[in-house]
Amino acid sequence: MRQTNRFKLAVAATAAAGALAAALAPSPALAQAREQFFPMLVYRTGAYAPNGVPFANGMHDYYKMLNARDGGINGVKITTEECETGYATDRGVECYERLKGKGPTGATVFQPLSTGITFALTDKVPIDKIPLITAGYGRSESANGKIFPWNFIMGGSYWVAADILVQHVGEKLGGMDKLKGKKIALVYHDSPYGKEPIALLEERSKQLGFDLQLIAVTHPGVEQKAAWLQIRRDRPDFVFLWGWGVMNSTSIKEAVATGYPRDKMYGVWWSGAEPDVVPAGDGAKGYHALTFLAPAGRGKVHQDIIKYVHDKGQGTGPKDEIGQVLYNRGMVSAMMAVEAVRVAQERFGKKSLTGTQVRWGMENLNIDAARIKAIGFEGFMQPLSTSCTDHMGGNTAQIETWDGSNWTVAPKVYQADMQILKPLIDKFAAKYAAEKKITPRDCAKDVE
Amino acid sequence: MLYRENGQFKTTYRGDQQIFPILQDRWFVFAVLLVAFVGIPLFASEYLFRAILIPFIILSLAAIGLNLLVGYCGQISLGSGAFMAVGAYAAYNFFVRIPGMNLILAFVLGGLCAMLVGVVFGIPSLRIRGLYLAVATLAAQFFSDWIFSRVAWFTNNSSSGSVSVPQLSVFGISVSTPVEKYLFCLTLVSVFALLAKNLVRGHIGRSWMAIRDMDVAAEVIGIRPVHAKLTAFAVSSFYIGVAGAMWAFVHLGSWEPLAFDVNRSLNLLFMIIIGGLGSVMGSFFGAAFIVILPILLNRGPEWLGIPISTAAATHLEFMIFGSLIVFFLIVEPHGLARLWSIGKEKLRLWPFPH
Repeated sequence: MRQTNRFKLAVAATAAAGALAAALAPSPALAQAREQFFPMLVYRTGAYAPNGVPFANGMHDYYKMLNARDGGINGVKITTEECETGYATDRGVECYERLKGKGPTGATVFQPLSTGITFALTDKVPIDKIPLITAGYGRSESANGKIFPWNFIMGGSYWVAADILVQHVGEKLGGMDKLKGKKIALVYHDSPYGKEPIALLEERSKQLGFDLQLIAVTHPGVEQKAAWLQIRRDRPDFVFLWGWGVMNSTSIKEAVATGYPRDKMYGVWWSGAEPDVVPAGDGAKGYHALTFLAPAGRGKVHQDIIKYVHDKGQGTGPKDEIGQVLYNRGMVSAMMAVEAVRVAQERFGKKSLTGTQVRWGMENLNIDAARIKAIGFEGFMQPLSTSCTDHMGGNTAQIETWDGSNWTVAPKVYQADMQILKPLIDKFAAKYAAEKKITPRDCAKDVE
Repeated sequence: MLYRENGQFKTTYRGDQQIFPILQDRWFVFAVLLVAFVGIPLFASEYLFRAILIPFIILSLAAIGLNLLVGYCGQISLGSGAFMAVGAYAAYNFFVRIPGMNLILAFVLGGLCAMLVGVVFGIPSLRIRGLYLAVATLAAQFFSDWIFSRVAWFTNNSSSGSVSVPQLSVFGISVSTPVEKYLFCLTLVSVFALLAKNLVRGHIGRSWMAIRDMDVAAEVIGIRPVHAKLTAFAVSSFYIGVAGAMWAFVHLGSWEPLAFDVNRSLNLLFMIIIGGLGSVMGSFFGAAFIVILPILLNRGPEWLGIPISTAAATHLEFMIFGSLIVFFLIVEPHGLARLWSIGKEKLRLWPFPH
């Protein structure tokens, strides 16, 4: 009797699996509507959720606000769909495959918020012809648009970040030549993300004569005793922190425990948000981080988000999250995609655009001070302009300091030294092209 | 009624010893192969290929490899992620450093490197067994995590530790579209699965099973434990290494050491435990369970039209997936393969069970 039941169960399970497999085929494309589909690869679970959630909410709220206020982008409605990646590369690739064909013209742009997923998608987007915005993360050499036609590392790369940090500490010491013989430790997340700045820092250490120490922290970064023991022993003059998620706050707590001065610690822009310092409490006071594009605070665009989205009960996250660093950065990321669509619409018409058309918009983006003001982002980003060859469009950042309750941003705007970055970008891009057998694109020939 | 072997007489030893002695089984297998090679390429969508079928096939191969070691030879291993990584990075190095390298040859060489590493890490199995061995093989995992992210030579001095491979082609035929990749993987896996099935039916497989069931008794009847255990480690690591190379080259395209972390090892172990230890068929069931079910669970609410947040769907996925594992292990500790064979037994009697 028991056996029979078990068998029935097996048959039922098989049947159910079959039915679900049939349902797996993607739903047929919607009837041609005036819609622009923005896929969203997010992570709301796992070790990186504290950082992933506000970023995703910022993106969502901006899209929702545009739909409510302007009826979309020039009347073309924005549609979105989320897919949870958990910051895992294989899940991210599955999400990409899941979402790329949706909407009347397919996905507009992907923004994975993960350097690992970016690496995996870099090989896939040229085949599917979908642009990839990696605002402030991803492969640094993808600033070269001739070899990476579909990658847009808008606003800055990790090489920009590392270069600016070196400039800043040099200035603090009273001149770049004073860096000679000094010790800088890079505490990094042991993943493609954390390893990105190494190439530039090595270049700089050769040039300026400082001693670079590389200290890796394994994912997810809750266990860092060994790393900080090394710091206690070697006493580097500065610590650069390249962490993400729970690793950042752990690093700051370990610095407190080790007695390493927090004002000698500099985080990259992904190590400089509220979830990184708040768990460390008072210990985080004096910690510095880079900020690019969007520091914390609220401006005109936030008022619109509150008015059109949150006051109507449509907000994605809690209201007090609005204006946090990562929320703002998500919002700015969404804005860059939207602006690119706007530019492309001027050329191709106010309708649903394909990935190739949106890419044209991204390559002809010019967000100047006037435009920043017009869209309500004044004070939240530096001007940005891209071209077919330059997919980065900006190379500036500021230093912010945590005072125990707020991030205060120092007024000086640093600019990365392109004399050093450019050859490095071209060298690594050429290596990638040789590996992948890519012929560089001819930018004189306009595509579509 | 339809499924029974009455009247199928075997008049030769050859006929008696074939893999599928029952005619209906042979038909069934041919039908499955026909569907897999012809039917699915005609109808499946790109998403189905890239996100579900290709990972499923490749991990099935890895599960077969691990099953040879754990299921047939009884040596628990937690180092399969490491052997996959060795296979992937070795194949990568052969592929980029030797111009004009054949893809399949690179895979096989990658598998051979994994085999060497597997044998080295299998040596402790001669002295320790059970959970202690599992811990010893875990060392392989941490060793590979460390070496592939620390020694730049293995990643061809890539600045970020992430490597990627160019467009693939085999004997002049390109392997770039999802269908081509699928057929390429399917062909390799079919061949390897057939080899594995024959291996475990032969004297090597029998010596493994003897060691698994009772190593002292096996030694007494003349089976050399050193030989049996190390061949099991060698063959198993070779399979896992080839699967690792395929996972990296065909499925991921670009990868970092994190793609083969300890979670991958545990995943593979769960696959064979759920699928059925000591069963080639079970490896496929287990891979399907672990690869496809989470995606189905994740997308379930969306298909049913239930509005639910992404985070909640993911949490639900974890909860349901975890409880299903527990459920299956309680209801059928011998895995899905056992359910399959019970099903076949029942079918033989159906519709007259008495």
